[in-house]
Amino acid sequence: MDIVPEITRESIASLISNDKREDGRALDEYRDISIETDVISKAEGSARVKLGGTQVIVGVKPQLGSPFPDTPDLGVLMTNCEMLPMADPNFEPGPPSEDSIELARVVDRGIRESELVELDKLCVEEGKHVWMLFIDLHIIDNCGNLFDAAELAVMAALKSTKLPTATIVDDEVVIDEENTFELPINNDVAMCTFVKIGDKMVLDPTLSEERVASARLNVGVTREGRICAMQKGGQQPLTKDDIFAAVNTAISKTKELIEYL
Amino acid sequence: MIYVEDKNLVIPGQILADEEYYPGRGTFKEDGKVCSSLIGLVSLRNKKIRVIPLKSKYVPKKGDVVIGKINDVRFSMWDVNINSPYSGILPAFEVFGRDKKELSKVYDVGDVLFLRVIDVDEVKKAKLGLKGRGLGKFKGGIIVDISPTKVPRLIGKKGSMINMIKNKTNCKIVVGQNGLVWVKGDEDMEQLTREIIHTIEAEAHTSGLTNKIKNKLCLAIDGELPVEETEEEFVLEKPKLQNFKEELEQEEREKAEAEAQDEEEVEAEVEEETEAEAEVQEEAGEDGEAEEAEAEEKEDAEDKPNFYDVIKELKKKSQSKKDKNISYSDNSNNNSFILNNR
Amino acid sequence: MSEMIREDGRKFNELRPIKIEAGVLERADGSAYLEVGGNKILVAVYGPRESYIRRLLEPNTGVIRCRYNMAPFSVDDRKRPGPDRRSSEISKITADALRPALMLENYPRSMVDVYIEVIEAEGGTRCAGITAASVALVDAGVPMKDIVVGCAAGKVNDEVVLDLSEVEDKEGQADVPIAIMPRTGEITLLQSDGDLTEEEFQKAIDLAMEGCMQVSELQKEALMKKYSTE
Repeated sequence: MDIVPEITRESIASLISNDKREDGRALDEYRDISIETDVISKAEGSARVKLGGTQVIVGVKPQLGSPFPDTPDLGVLMTNCEMLPMADPNFEPGPPSEDSIELARVVDRGIRESELVELDKLCVEEGKHVWMLFIDLHIIDNCGNLFDAAELAVMAALKSTKLPTATIVDDEVVIDEENTFELPINNDVAMCTFVKIGDKMVLDPTLSEERVASARLNVGVTREGRICAMQKGGQQPLTKDDIFAAVNTAISKTKELIEYL
Repeated sequence: MIYVEDKNLVIPGQILADEEYYPGRGTFKEDGKVCSSLIGLVSLRNKKIRVIPLKSKYVPKKGDVVIGKINDVRFSMWDVNINSPYSGILPAFEVFGRDKKELSKVYDVGDVLFLRVIDVDEVKKAKLGLKGRGLGKFKGGIIVDISPTKVPRLIGKKGSMINMIKNKTNCKIVVGQNGLVWVKGDEDMEQLTREIIHTIEAEAHTSGLTNKIKNKLCLAIDGELPVEETEEEFVLEKPKLQNFKEELEQEEREKAEAEAQDEEEVEAEVEEETEAEAEVQEEAGEDGEAEEAEAEEKEDAEDKPNFYDVIKELKKKSQSKKDKNISYSDNSNNNSFILNNR
Repeated sequence: MSEMIREDGRKFNELRPIKIEAGVLERADGSAYLEVGGNKILVAVYGPRESYIRRLLEPNTGVIRCRYNMAPFSVDDRKRPGPDRRSSEISKITADALRPALMLENYPRSMVDVYIEVIEAEGGTRCAGITAASVALVDAGVPMKDIVVGCAAGKVNDEVVLDLSEVEDKEGQADVPIAIMPRTGEITLLQSDGDLTEEEFQKAIDLAMEGCMQVSELQKEALMKKYSTE
């Protein structure tokens, strides 16, 4: 692993303590954001998001499958994340790392708990056939704050997703690729990630800010300003005040993010 | 017969000349032709062709001065990351002589040092040393990372570029030949200097760069453009060591202060200083002037509310220069190829 | 030679539309993006760098390691993430195809990592991957004798044609992907899959080499465009 030079640690901390950042942003300001959808013809839904130098591609692929026994009339969401070795010299090839799984699960939590995908409309035949949506996150360039970029990309990809119609004819599923319908979505969600440096909470951290931070906080918020997912990460603790302040910022900042969708 | 001109951009495999020309660095000879092995700019001297790479990794060379980061402390040496495919080692002997001391009390993991490459073995591992004026541990400041091939451009002809930046920002700047640059000064000036250095890196192969940089510095610091002056030309040759005098003396002073409390170390350091090699170039009369200017400039800078706007703008520019856009073909239009990013 | 028109309207010796861009990623030492037909390929290069896998290193030269990977959403039916036998083989032959051009003598005991990501696949991804990987290697500043380029020819409806699309690859009788060093015409990758007479094989190679020369020009253009000042 790369060791952060002590003087870099000091200089970033000193800037932050003066409410400044290396790239001139305010502590609660995002880098430039761009979202493109329908970037992959073969995926039923797709998006590419750039957040500063960070780049993420998401593809959504549906598959017919069996529902879970306890929810026989609901479709299934599966979120998977690959932190590709191309994205960062420290990412290794191989099965998903802990970091990669955490990222996928936190992003998934925002989508799942806000119940924005109308899963009941993904049921083809109760108890037998439902649509399973595979949401695959491809991290291609890591310049910090993968969480917020990934949540935006997943959201944008889901909103661009069109599914073929499936009907039951003589006990068989017939898929009509010609007639598609838009994935029914009834809400928006966005995520704000903060890191703690010194005693300040910093929004949308760059890679170097992430590396000197003592702790991380992800806050997922819906269009109505309701909190739907959170995660605390990092080696050091946060205070209650840190968290309340971050949540407050997140509720206003996610509104800005949702406008990009 | 020659197929290219001086300063042409060439790519690997490109035929540069027939066999009456000599293949220099960045080229090779095959079937009677001199070809480029790199993406870079042609440098033509008489009958010798070289290609100066646009990008490359630092390979340690004996005598180079480099900036390194302590990665690990071992039994009798420090492991030093020198921004290269090859790590460096700093043997305890180079620092303590025959004395026995606890290594991590002197330099610990995460410390950044200015070092000299004493020797390179057959597998390119670099043995590093601290004997020489100004070599040692950096205190404070920031590290800026550029491609090692852009180091000569950053320094400029006889240090013209680097000295201009130093004078204008009042920052101390030390450039390692491995592409790491240490900058220390006023906090805002450090950030401005970082952006200026990145701009130089991104635009290294353009002409009239010194003036462009001067304009940017003046705009950011004084809020106005400087009086017109004549243009400095781009030189490809590697300049001698830059002028470290100011930094070195400051460093030594600091070091001495720190060591005054730390009994044993003093000896070693004094020894080093007396042994100091006179390789570092000096330019007299600069220090005093620079300090006076510093006071004024600092005040000025604080009055400028747009200071970080200039940094932001610079950042955007070097970003767009890098042009990191992939433009995907549109889904609705399977075989169209949209170039929406230029 | 017949003037037959192919399923997608191309002539027998016509390539699909191609777009190449150099230097598209921030973190990688070198990178490239390539589209050919419906293929979208992204390549990142790291190195020469230190490697902790000591047994892979050589005392007198640098080594190259490739990883070819298909995104789960790159194909019609979702592909399970992670390596499979096909991608492992392609990774190996890609490294072999690129290695002859590399001049890593000055970087002993170092590693060059090439990561090829197929974002979307539409037939001919291995050649597209090699073509893009070469551009990314140049972008990383890795010294090379030449810029390796890949292209395939094959047999469809008893006719030798250039650059098979996905449909042609599935329905065709043979596929011959090659890679060459264009300056010398030396072949660094050759596979053949299907049924060919000796004469058809020779024709396929000639056609594929012609295709390579065309793609090679686009590689050079992409690099020049990225780095020229004007």
